[in-house]
Amino acid sequence: MPANSFNGFTEYGIGIGLRVPHYRHILAKKPVVDWFEIISENFMVDGGRPLEVLDAILEQYRVVQHGVAIYFGSADKLNREHLRRLKRLVKRTNTPWLSDHLCWGSVDGRYTHDLLPMPYTFAVARHTAEKIRAARDVLEVPICVENVSSYAEFHASEMEEWEFLSEVAELADCGILLDVNNIYVSSQNHRFNPYDYLNNIPHHRVGQIHIAGHSKFEKYILDTHDHPVLDPVWKMYAHAIKLVGKTATLLEWDDRIPSFDEVHNEALKANKFRDQQLAAAAV
Amino acid sequence: MQRTMSSALFRPLTKRWRMQREWTDGRRMQEVAAEFIKPNDRLSSFERLEIYNRQYWFRVLDCMYDDYPGVRAIVGERKFTKLATAYLTRYPSDSYTLRDLGHRLEQFLRDEPEWSAPRQELAVNMARFEWAQVVAFDGPSKPAITPDDILGVSPAKLRLALQPYLSLLDLDYAVDDFLIAVTKRDSDVLRSEASNAMDSAPKIATRRKPVRMPKRKKVWLAVHRHDNSLFYKRLEPEAFQILSAIGQGATVEDACEKSIALSGRKRIDWAAEIKEWFNTWAALGWFCRRS
Repeated sequence: MPANSFNGFTEYGIGIGLRVPHYRHILAKKPVVDWFEIISENFMVDGGRPLEVLDAILEQYRVVQHGVAIYFGSADKLNREHLRRLKRLVKRTNTPWLSDHLCWGSVDGRYTHDLLPMPYTFAVARHTAEKIRAARDVLEVPICVENVSSYAEFHASEMEEWEFLSEVAELADCGILLDVNNIYVSSQNHRFNPYDYLNNIPHHRVGQIHIAGHSKFEKYILDTHDHPVLDPVWKMYAHAIKLVGKTATLLEWDDRIPSFDEVHNEALKANKFRDQQLAAAAV
Repeated sequence: MQRTMSSALFRPLTKRWRMQREWTDGRRMQEVAAEFIKPNDRLSSFERLEIYNRQYWFRVLDCMYDDYPGVRAIVGERKFTKLATAYLTRYPSDSYTLRDLGHRLEQFLRDEPEWSAPRQELAVNMARFEWAQVVAFDGPSKPAITPDDILGVSPAKLRLALQPYLSLLDLDYAVDDFLIAVTKRDSDVLRSEASNAMDSAPKIATRRKPVRMPKRKKVWLAVHRHDNSLFYKRLEPEAFQILSAIGQGATVEDACEKSIALSGRKRIDWAAEIKEWFNTWAALGWFCRRS
């Protein structure tokens, strides 16, 4: 049973990000993994090794696409060439849904390759939602938008981040990829209660969850994805799944990537943790 | 707001990897940042914007560092940082993928020789070679022509195309040997893929043992892939001419005749030589149909 209307894939369990250092191990050992999340842009190529690896993975595993460069929040129009290649990849992977970030990153055709925060205004929410709807019309696959971690806030903002996320998701009628680690990072950087965030988003729209590690610096926290998941994030994850129900979850580990087995063990830990939390909530 | 912020991000960092203190119009950067970014109890508007400015440069410089080890070895580690910074300042990324970040490097090195002096020509050769590897790695391919496909077609009428991932390079230095030596020296790390954060200065500050620079020498290279692995193959000059002419639309017969006519080499059994070349090229899947 789906936990909510945007979450028809509750049995997807805990996924792992497909990363280059693990290719050989995965293809040779064929470990049991619920699903792999791929970075769409890494496979939006015309040929060669990336697509050969992807096709081999697709023979064995379920794959979900996660993008980093649609930039729904950029003032620029959607990049048609980007969408054309993305759609070609969607057809190849049969991804059940597709996610990208609630951010901007390009201006006048120049790319920052970053996930930059937006001013939380109603006008920006409308613009962003229109782009999400337009992308979905082209791609013909459900879209989930992910909250990003941020290090800056804007004077122009008219609402809290979770209100902005809710506004965009409602206007676009799209799903949410809830990144629990990103909420924690931003809550520490901007001094808000992360549980206010979790409690006040439309839970029925959460189609996927991300958990990851981060790095603490003297004056701020950086979303580095280079550590195991830390305790505050596990606690928030427990709270999140009580609110949204059983939801496909991805363990992110993108930098200083350890062995596949280490990442896999962390995913198995997440799986066990999720089931324990759901069982406890059901009692 | 997005134009202002991205302009701030694209501005190079100082020598100490900090954001510049002055804006383009001479105003204090603190003042400019404060116009659109809120400060908090720990960070000023300047410092918050600086996090993004640093992340941008750390990310793109790391990408250039990983993708152009040959150019880096030619100009030197420290000078490469300056070169890459100047390049990316003139040509910020115009693609959604970092794969394309260096696609105008050759042009930049030609236009602004001061960044690679006194080895500009060598650096241009290497930039061409390293970009060709990017293309060969994941460029498009077409179904390869088999001998059966062209059975009975006269060479005088036969026109073929070359695989889009195949690059033919006529070079003035043996940059292939040089890059092999550089790669052997460096046990390079894989670029991280999706992390949104860059928490340390780029790798460029590292000192490495220099590799002996290549001497001037004509080299003809085909950069290609086979079974999805990257290869570069040296060609005889006549073979290079034949392939280039075929790629430009000449018939197989014209390509061969013109190449042999221009050759200075004597006492060669050209028929046997050309047959062997074509057998090799066909086996490597380099020929495809013209669109």
